[in-house]
Amino acid sequence: MSEFFAVYGSLINFAGLNALLALSLYVPLSAGQLSLGNAAFAGIGAYVSAILTMRLNAPFPLAIAAGAFTAACVAVVIGAPVLRIRGIFLAMATLAFGEVVRIAAVNLAITGGAEGLIGIPSKTTMLIIYGTLGVAAYFLTILRGSRIGWSFASIREDETAAMVMGINTTLYKNSAFILGAFIAGIAGGLYAHLNFIITPGEFGFAAEVQLLIYNIVGGARSVWGPILGAFILTAIPEVLRGVDITAGPPRLFVNGLILLLVILYLPNGLSSFFKRAKGSSE
Amino acid sequence: MLLEFEQISRSFGGVKALSGVTFGVGEGTIHGLIGPNGSGKTTLMNVVSGLCPPDGGRLLLGGRPIHRLGPHRIAGLGVARTFQNIRLFAGMTCMENVIAAQHLRGGRALLPRLLRLRGAKISETRSVAEALTCLTKAGIAARKSAIAGALSYGERRRLEIARAMALEPRLLLLDEPIAGMRLREIEEMEGLFRSLARSGITILLIEHNMPFVMRLCHRITVLHFGQTVITGAPEEVAEHQGVIDAYLGPKRTEG
Amino acid sequence: MSVFIQQLINGFFIGSVYGLFAIGYTLVFGVLDILNLAHAAIFTLGGLSALWLTRTTGLPVWASFCLATLFSGLLGLVLYRVAFAPLRRRADSNLSGLISSIAMAIIFEAGAFEIFGARTVRFPQGMFAVRVYHFDSLTFTSLQLEIVAIALGLMVVLSLCLKHSRTGKAMRAVAESETTARLLGIPVERIISETFFVSSALGGAAGILFGLYFNALGPDMGRSIELKGLAVIILGGMGSIPGAILGGIAFGMSEVLTVALTGMSSLRDAVAFSVLLLILILKPSGLLGRGRIRQA
Repeated sequence: MSEFFAVYGSLINFAGLNALLALSLYVPLSAGQLSLGNAAFAGIGAYVSAILTMRLNAPFPLAIAAGAFTAACVAVVIGAPVLRIRGIFLAMATLAFGEVVRIAAVNLAITGGAEGLIGIPSKTTMLIIYGTLGVAAYFLTILRGSRIGWSFASIREDETAAMVMGINTTLYKNSAFILGAFIAGIAGGLYAHLNFIITPGEFGFAAEVQLLIYNIVGGARSVWGPILGAFILTAIPEVLRGVDITAGPPRLFVNGLILLLVILYLPNGLSSFFKRAKGSSE
Repeated sequence: MLLEFEQISRSFGGVKALSGVTFGVGEGTIHGLIGPNGSGKTTLMNVVSGLCPPDGGRLLLGGRPIHRLGPHRIAGLGVARTFQNIRLFAGMTCMENVIAAQHLRGGRALLPRLLRLRGAKISETRSVAEALTCLTKAGIAARKSAIAGALSYGERRRLEIARAMALEPRLLLLDEPIAGMRLREIEEMEGLFRSLARSGITILLIEHNMPFVMRLCHRITVLHFGQTVITGAPEEVAEHQGVIDAYLGPKRTEG
Repeated sequence: MSVFIQQLINGFFIGSVYGLFAIGYTLVFGVLDILNLAHAAIFTLGGLSALWLTRTTGLPVWASFCLATLFSGLLGLVLYRVAFAPLRRRADSNLSGLISSIAMAIIFEAGAFEIFGARTVRFPQGMFAVRVYHFDSLTFTSLQLEIVAIALGLMVVLSLCLKHSRTGKAMRAVAESETTARLLGIPVERIISETFFVSSALGGAAGILFGLYFNALGPDMGRSIELKGLAVIILGGMGSIPGAILGGIAFGMSEVLTVALTGMSSLRDAVAFSVLLLILILKPSGLLGRGRIRQA
């Protein structure tokens, strides 16, 4: 067993963090908001918490919380104007925001420029990652059945209809955006304290797209979908290595193919597969 | 008067969709809103529900001005509506559509659910029971587990009404509620609207089916080019020359 | 002062390539209301295949460039058939289309890696007779002039075709309303395929010119231009062809000016993306847009 963890420990850690990041995007998606700024929020969480532990020797939990709160505060400021626009325009505005954050990280002295921050103390453990993931998943499951969750779902289905049903759509859209940023901030902070190094490039466009892929492949209509998607796609390189595909291109190709097949044939993601199987057995 | 329009105006890029609309809707009545296509009926409904704030004039609900409030605030004061082009939550079941609309009645709060309090369970059971009542009243309880997007046209209209009823409204706005329905369904709807009115809900409805409107409504307002032609009892409206002109075009005087 | 003007000219050169890239993006968005995120991958494949053709087949340069452009257009057809056509009936087709185009982008990029390798490659030296012109204190090369001429030429041809040709008019009709276009007897499916062909051919051509300009091509060269292209079409207004051209040139100029004024190359994109964010917040339809924002 300990051998297993020695070999696959870091893979399991990254799977958990990716799942947490996927959940951070799931929240705005559940309210119908395609935000592509969550990797940037994770970056904010990562940098703020790492700077706090490295420069000020701040206690680890405090640093993580501060990073998450900073991400959430930025989401408050950016969300108010950005969430007035819809659909693809929102996606692009959040992408532009992500680029601005990345460029800022490259150019500021305190973030270490393009080389990033090196020598972040290693504090994140597997227990912390999976504990956080568990709490987040539990919280989001409960949220889903609550009045807030129903409001999110109503807005996703039809924003105008939701409005005339008494739902303050602006408030709820912003809440979803901010909550997503908060979770992304936590995940970013944990990542920084797992990885020793963080660089601005890790929180860019490619990372945003990766989060979206987790949600689409797993299915963003339940809390378990994004987690499933993150686990599967994080594990795939290992599985492929098992069948002797180690090079980059075929691996990329498989990822793209999975995404394509899911979007064409399973619009609600792989988790709908389980639901369908359950439905037919009833 | 439950609802009063006072000189309501609204333009879209220079085109006056509504100008100086003035009439009142009595509490507990069924009030019809008719007029040719493009006369501003749906715009007026959007004004009432707050989707399209008026440029000028005042709108009073129970004496309180509401024309500056947002849609969710107006809904919070007891105004529910349906849409001409039906806006359901297509990916949800019928039951879920109605539960989603219970937003204003409280319940399903986050904290008790997180703490697994007993109240959470009770409030949930009650919410399902109430949703079922709405579905039953609208005559669609049998389809409660069906996905809304898969319903027939008439069923969708009923579900939208059931969903509006979940708001427990004082005022119900219905935009062409029987469009595309068959005769039997229309009769059922007529019964439903009457019983809703008897239970104290005021109804303002847009409809093109004249016999239906004449039978059902206590009072009728006719709009033409965004202006009120007349407000009165069905018989008055039917005989009014302005109404006939509005629909058929002004009679040409010969010679 | 002359340094300043030199920078402006450089910005204009590279901006014209951005504009050419963005035109393909905006054309598909204008006609179909979907964002084709595989456009950058086709840009990459266009550039790389042109290089491969010149190096291995011994065809004259202009012929291999034409072939590579044609090849990019065909890739666009494949892209449409595989990733967009099957989704067209779906209610959320503009969102699912976005995602399937990401999938195709990944697949294309994997293909580029597999076939051309991960290294940065260059056009063989001495392939062109590059002359250097001096004008007062300004310098530019014949290659730069050719690039701008081709980019602007293609844009002009496209604009004229959209205005006057039968296909162009049909494209505009489909953009306006698919239902109406169908009622008018326009073969909508074919027009959309042709839109993808033209859009991707232009994307590929932009990739070739981009590769020539920097004389460096690699399988990930599309990544940086992907976001720039998005920025350009938002600056210019989604779906607007002149907007994409002007947006591209403005973006190119802002890049070089930012670097020239601050002296920091890492700030190159800062102004452009900050402006972009501001525009999206203040006026989402962009500068020259037709105000086609979707209101529920």
